Amino acid sequence: MWLYEKKLQYPVRVSKPDVRMAGYLITQYGGPDGELSAALRYLNQRYTMPTGRAKGVLTDIGTEELAHLEIIATMVYKLLRGVPPEELRRVDLGPHYAQHDNALFLNDANGVPWTAAYIQATGDPIADLHEDLAAEQKARATYEHLIRLTDDPDLKDGLRFLREREVVHFQRFGELLDHVHGYMTSKKLF
Amino acid sequence: MNGLESREQVRLLREIQELEFAAVEWNLFLDTHPENREALEAYNATVARLNEKKRAYEAAYGPLVHFGASASAYPWRWIEDPWPWEIDY
Repeated sequence: MWLYEKKLQYPVRVSKPDVRMAGYLITQYGGPDGELSAALRYLNQRYTMPTGRAKGVLTDIGTEELAHLEIIATMVYKLLRGVPPEELRRVDLGPHYAQHDNALFLNDANGVPWTAAYIQATGDPIADLHEDLAAEQKARATYEHLIRLTDDPDLKDGLRFLREREVVHFQRFGELLDHVHGYMTSKKLF
Repeated sequence: MNGLESREQVRLLREIQELEFAAVEWNLFLDTHPENREALEAYNATVARLNEKKRAYEAAYGPLVHFGASASAYPWRWIEDPWPWEIDY
């Protein structure tokens, strides 16, 4: 069971509408290294994790990623607020407008829709945790690209928060990998 | 700009966000360091402060959480605007 808390994890501010940036940011909504991929990857891998610690970390980080999905959605929503269709067309978001108007959709910066092929669950905790560590690094790199693509200080602030969370998650997954490794080794001995 | 939120609402929300950030951080740390007493005490102290702030916020602006986590005044306040993405900080 999940509960919704009617607040953002972090305050989202943008200085001005920016259609082009919204088109780039959407990759963290429905792209390969985005927040939906992260949340579903971790929450789905929980069921074959061997220890309470592993199940807890995946539950908690997976849940935090859902809060990040909402932060990205809010950034895109605010960047597109009040923008007329001709402005979308001007920055090559005409195809998006044709299919979705100003609505959000789960696709990457090139318009490619989200697919479960972005994530994996091997049933092998060591393999899955290595994927999770890599996912956090790919998300960190993507946030660094996005930070470089905007000159809006308010938007940069929110993106820096999200980037930092990837670093913290990587740290926790690393500790978890050591723990699970120890657990698997001890199981083989007895 | 939505404009439905008051500056007081935003101020309280930010205090809640700050405390909850600490709670999330201690929570994740405790997941991989479950026997760290210092972290556990910090987590529990944060929980107490966070609950106090949340109750104050909900008394003024309605439930923060649905499905039985918080009671509502009349009429049902859960559906009131603004929603999180509409608030200007």
